[in-house]
Amino acid sequence: MSEPILRLDSLCKDFGEGLVLNDLSLDILPGEFLTLLGPSGCGKTTTLRIIAGLERPTSGRVFLEGADVTGLPPEKRHVNTVFQNYALFPHMNVFQNVAYGLRVLKISKQEQRERVMAALALVRLSGYERRMPSQLSGGQKQRVAIARAVVLQPKVLLLDEPLGALDLKLRQDMQKELKQLQRQLGITFVYITHDQEEALNMSSRIVIMHGGRIEQTGTPEDVYEHPRTLFAADFIGQSNLLHGVVTAISSDGITLDVEGVSLPALPSDTFRPAVGERAALCLRPQRVRYGSTAQHGMTLRGIIRSKEYAGGMQHTQIALNDRFTLNAVTQSAELDSYALGSEVYVGWSIRHAPLVPDALGEAV
Amino acid sequence: MKKHSVGSLLFISLVLVIMYLPIIVVVVYSFNANTARIPIAFTGWTTAWYGKLFTGRNGFGGALMLSLRVALWSVGISCAIGTLGAVGMAQRVVGQKYGWFDPIMESLVSLPIMIPEIILGLAFMVIFNALGLRSNDMRLVLAHTTFCIPYVFLNVKSRLVGMDPALFDAARDLGASPARVVRDITLPLCRPAIVSGAFLALAMSLDDFVISFFVYGAGEGTLPIKIYSSVKVGVSPQVNALCTLMMGAVFIAVALSRYITSVRAARKKRLQTRVGG
Repeated sequence: MSEPILRLDSLCKDFGEGLVLNDLSLDILPGEFLTLLGPSGCGKTTTLRIIAGLERPTSGRVFLEGADVTGLPPEKRHVNTVFQNYALFPHMNVFQNVAYGLRVLKISKQEQRERVMAALALVRLSGYERRMPSQLSGGQKQRVAIARAVVLQPKVLLLDEPLGALDLKLRQDMQKELKQLQRQLGITFVYITHDQEEALNMSSRIVIMHGGRIEQTGTPEDVYEHPRTLFAADFIGQSNLLHGVVTAISSDGITLDVEGVSLPALPSDTFRPAVGERAALCLRPQRVRYGSTAQHGMTLRGIIRSKEYAGGMQHTQIALNDRFTLNAVTQSAELDSYALGSEVYVGWSIRHAPLVPDALGEAV
Repeated sequence: MKKHSVGSLLFISLVLVIMYLPIIVVVVYSFNANTARIPIAFTGWTTAWYGKLFTGRNGFGGALMLSLRVALWSVGISCAIGTLGAVGMAQRVVGQKYGWFDPIMESLVSLPIMIPEIILGLAFMVIFNALGLRSNDMRLVLAHTTFCIPYVFLNVKSRLVGMDPALFDAARDLGASPARVVRDITLPLCRPAIVSGAFLALAMSLDDFVISFFVYGAGEGTLPIKIYSSVKVGVSPQVNALCTLMMGAVFIAVALSRYITSVRAARKKRLQTRVGG
């Protein structure tokens, strides 16, 4: 494994109102597209600002290419940031904005010109040099902000919810563009978002943050298919979270009692509960199968409570008993003919329903 | 065209007459050829008063020059101090060093606007006399600077408060030292606020009578003082001429600033429609 380009070593940050970051350690590898994902207030922006040098950690260290940069001011660090609301200098035109970092470095006018033009070409804004920021659309401003940061060829590019202010269509286009840009430049990206879909689409690795700590780190597929905590299961994608108590353990697996229904489950690498321990099954709605015969070898039966057609998908609610209802999603192409109230067999592949610790007992 | 009722037209004319009649009288009398000490009758047209305005023993040239000199110095100094103060204060906010005494400092800086002029004038007179400060220019510049600072400070501060703090972060992130950020980002963005604060301060300084009256020692004093002392012995037609000129200057200044704003607004509108396309 290659040396990390950026190492965060037990970072803590306290603004005087409790810990915003709580002992956060993370190694970021060269060329990664790493996303810090979490709800607002989880500490992801603080982490980014500490990497940029705009914030000092209360304790812990930051290493850039092996060198301790914890005490260095932002202007001395070879990382650059794309800010959430672009932060373009309103009194400078596009060229001057992009050239600003080069100008501060006293790079020759000739080289400034070449590099700025190359950066603008990269973000497909050639010909906009003389526009003022107020004359640009949101997407164009975003591109200028990216050009202004990458023109300095940073070792790590930090992006703070860069697509947050754009509308859905533009956001999807920009996602593709950013991903392509990252491949093209080969720069390490540290990307912040609270949008799990964005994180799943773009990242090579996702760090799920919650309450100033890392909940789980892994590839998009990994965190989606194998959530390790209740928070990760709940935050990424839609899930049926089935809270229950372990009633039996055998060589075949675990039996979990959920609202009086016994469900089979498998222990994970990180979570092997004992009998009597609380646990939760994370069951994606699209993994739920139902029909007139037993599904995946399960003999569960339920009653169809509601059906909702939602453009290409059908959402179905199936009640196993009064307190226990499952959400299922199927392609509309396979529309079933069951009427509301019909009884069906329900099941799923237990390998695709990971078991996580039920954190309800602990204060989160 | 919308039709106005007779009543409203009458009302508007009455208000306009009440407001502008005295001013029109001053303008007309500035051309009055009557040389009586207190001229009432209009005896013919002349422009002689304008010619005599800045020359001769009783001319206003010296007072005008003093007023301008004091105004330029005090506006210059108060711009420097007021801007520095506002920028420094804003950096404390951004740097999360904003403490309990910052709001107190802010109030103290802007207090001179609130204190009655007569008290300020008296205070300055007492302290300058106690210090033995003789120079008229120095006394006036010090006093004027004091009441000019708040206009610049408050203007620049409100501009800074409305600015996105991420701009300063972005400049640091791109390699600028804190001093460089002030030079490249803060000051250029504050320029409109500094200029408008300076114009306000200029108007206040040129206009000031009460404080200057207390502070100045010997000599004919600033323009407002000179005007005041010359009408004590009767309203000289020269004063009418001077006031007419001053009004003309104000009128041109206001018209110019209106024109500049409207040109800017029009340009902004044009740019925005282009972006929309």
